[in-house]
Amino acid sequence: MTIVEAGLQPGLASGRIDPPSGRRGVLVATLGLWRTRIGLLLVAVLVGIAVIGPLFAPYGGTEFVGPPFTADAPDTLFGTDKLGQDVWSRFLLGGRTILLLAVVSTLIGLAIGAVVGLVAAYNRGRLDNVLMRTMDVVFAFPNLLLALVAVTTLGRRSWVIVLIVAFTAVPRVARITRGAALGVVERDFIGAAEALGESRSHILGREILPNVAGPLLVEANLRLTYSIALIGALGFLGFGVGLNQPDWAQMINENRPALSTAPWGTLLPIFAIALLTVGVGLVADGLGRAIAGVDRARPT
Amino acid sequence: MTTTSDVTTSTALAIDDLRIVVSRTGEDIVDEVSLTIAPGEVLGLVGESGSGKTTVGLAVLGHARKGVTVASGRVEIGDVPMLELGPTQLRLARGQLVSYVPQDPGTALNPAMRIGTQLLEVLEAHDFGGSDGAHRRRVTEVMAEVLLPGTPQFLRRYPHQLSGGQQQRVGLAMAFACRPSVIVLDEPTTGLDVSTQAHVLQTVRQLCREHGVAALYITHDLAVVATLVDRVAVLYAGRIVEHGPAATMFDAPAHPYTRHLIAAVPAMSGERTITGLPGRAPSPGHRPAGCAFAPRCSAATEECRASFPPIDVLADRHAVRCYHPTAAIQVRDHAEAAPSGVGDVPGDAALTLRRVSASYSGHTVVRDVDLHVGRGECVALVGESGSGKTTVSRSVGGLHHEWAGEIHLGATALARAARDRPVEQRLRIQYVFQNPYSSLNPRRSIGESVGRPLIVGGTSASDARRAVADMLERVSLTADYADRYPDQLSGGERQRVAIARALVSKPEVLVCDEVTSALDVLVQAAIVELLAELQRELGLSMLFVTHNLPLVRSIADRTAVMADGRLVEVGTTEQVLSQPEHEYTKRLLADTPRINETRPVEAVEERLADDVALHAPAVAVPELDV
Repeated sequence: MTIVEAGLQPGLASGRIDPPSGRRGVLVATLGLWRTRIGLLLVAVLVGIAVIGPLFAPYGGTEFVGPPFTADAPDTLFGTDKLGQDVWSRFLLGGRTILLLAVVSTLIGLAIGAVVGLVAAYNRGRLDNVLMRTMDVVFAFPNLLLALVAVTTLGRRSWVIVLIVAFTAVPRVARITRGAALGVVERDFIGAAEALGESRSHILGREILPNVAGPLLVEANLRLTYSIALIGALGFLGFGVGLNQPDWAQMINENRPALSTAPWGTLLPIFAIALLTVGVGLVADGLGRAIAGVDRARPT
Repeated sequence: MTTTSDVTTSTALAIDDLRIVVSRTGEDIVDEVSLTIAPGEVLGLVGESGSGKTTVGLAVLGHARKGVTVASGRVEIGDVPMLELGPTQLRLARGQLVSYVPQDPGTALNPAMRIGTQLLEVLEAHDFGGSDGAHRRRVTEVMAEVLLPGTPQFLRRYPHQLSGGQQQRVGLAMAFACRPSVIVLDEPTTGLDVSTQAHVLQTVRQLCREHGVAALYITHDLAVVATLVDRVAVLYAGRIVEHGPAATMFDAPAHPYTRHLIAAVPAMSGERTITGLPGRAPSPGHRPAGCAFAPRCSAATEECRASFPPIDVLADRHAVRCYHPTAAIQVRDHAEAAPSGVGDVPGDAALTLRRVSASYSGHTVVRDVDLHVGRGECVALVGESGSGKTTVSRSVGGLHHEWAGEIHLGATALARAARDRPVEQRLRIQYVFQNPYSSLNPRRSIGESVGRPLIVGGTSASDARRAVADMLERVSLTADYADRYPDQLSGGERQRVAIARALVSKPEVLVCDEVTSALDVLVQAAIVELLAELQRELGLSMLFVTHNLPLVRSIADRTAVMADGRLVEVGTTEQVLSQPEHEYTKRLLADTPRINETRPVEAVEERLADDVALHAPAVAVPELDV
């Protein structure tokens, strides 16, 4: 049997029906967009700095190399920070932890939030009310306060920070997912799946989820930046993973006072976080477009 | 009533050689469109979706949508050249000289303003009559003209406090408020049910006649046009292929496309079954060099493919653009294939409903429905919106769970919810939904959607893929559709896909819920034709839910009529349509627009005489639809 090739997936000629064009087509379409390519480049550069940057750090993270807040300290690329440590070295060393914690906590929060939102939207009625009112209660706590309480009672451990940051993301993701899914569950193809007796998990995961993937991805991007900010704020308050350990978010806060005299200690991590956010945003946007088939050829 | 004399002496609207193109590419959307309408005359501009009919309508208002440019041609209202006016002059002309009645009155009226205020606004904008008092008097007057009460209480209402028919009358009142000389109506009755539609159409005709307004009535529904217009112009792929007086157009259509259009309209009387037309009108940029209809025309020759036919005047004011206007075309006739009538024995029923009642959160909407569908039989379930017919079909499909009574598939009783039924039962009953735009998951390829019932039933992926390819061919698509996505398909193609999905598991019972109501007449005809054919070939038992009474003649052996949640009449389709017993059925029949019986032209009097019982109520003075 031959398969006439669709425009998006030139190479697919296996006999598999599932997915004939699905994920591979979406991936190819995503990579075909300039916005995704630029986004991927940005993310790759920043993740590269965070992951392999430490190998190139000229000094140790807590090594004293010159007078504090000196932009042109000798033998340094970007000067020194408030404790006279090398800004460039701390920048190269400071991305790994925060990035890892932020990504993991965002993924956990996203997964739980999406399930809650989908279940609430699909079942409606009492379950919907119970779930969403619970989310409202969680929502009502100030994030930072919640995180501080958790860290002081459970200790300053990475997993505590990951879980608490994930926890604060859940209600927001759940709301967005539920809102987007409400419009989908009313549509007839859900009825068609029910008439066919598809399992609930199939309906949630295969019928509804792909249709809310667009908003969900945008939300994921937003949550990732929030996670970075929250973890950074915890670090600033002295509840981060390690006191005076190199960390982008902590660097911004520490070196703020000398923004005019020794700006790099603040600007480098700001650029890093900003470009990372933009990069993730572009990738999410490209993926969203490809999933929604915005650029697919259509009959007029 | 228009007389020939005033047609020849005056022209309210003249469109001359209009060409409108896509700005970016220069591809034509409409071309060589020339029309004239006399004061008091109603011209029906008929075409499929995408034919450019709305583009022409907007051009009359001097408007082109974004990305669209009027390339050449003239539009004149009286002696005002609409396409040459500046922004200020255009604003003055719109409302006063020409006005527009949009498709959906629900969205066209401002929901936050009282209707009286909205009417006054129009009059004040043009300072009609020159004083506040004159404005107010005109509001009351125009309300009376559209047969709505002009009382202060009524004028203080908001749009949501009016019925759909009343909203459209307010839309008409706003359009007629400043006594324009031309009015453009863009499918103004599409969203209304048959009874309301009939009354609104009456009002339009009366207003145009009495006040000498020239009307351009845009529609895809020939049946509507037949009851309303004096002349018809048929638009195909952006060109007028035939125009002429309504009587001539329906009695002696010349262009093959017009003949197909007429064959596609369900007829209320007579044995004729509707026929569709395969293919799709070419879109801008894909139109062939010769006659745009040639690829779909059975009479097409080399000549047709080489150049577009010139205008051929056949008779007084009847012209056609076709090289072979009289050539026999194949409008397939399925009269011999009409309903088989097997399965009248309840013992042999494929589907049996006994005392089925259904409710929504305790509120009963269906009461004690007893119905059976014999093997290989098609039963139509007919009723207006809100009659409970869809609830019945959803209960059968296991989509609605709040029902009591018994539904048997063959000899076995069905559980309430589809999920509680065994897989084998679920696959034996399949459901086709009303709206093909919502019944296919936009994120899944056609192949995935169609193959899913087989996968659920345990078929291997490769077998499923083969079966999907076969089934797609069966519904007149090709196997390569499997790799496409729903947004790449037209409405008719999507509905074929939905039918393929329903039939791929070889069900015994097919439930069709208003499957054609979202589609153009030609596409509707093609889908009904396909269903009738598949039903015969596969020996399907079918429950065909519809509000379109004439349609059932083409497909159903028996017809059941529902009103207010109860079955009021069940009988053979012939019986129900020709000798309706229940008052409700008679009213439904009377309000349905049709081509051959209600044409407002004296020439059909003798035909009317045979059919007077059906016809009389349709031309009765419209009542207020409160």
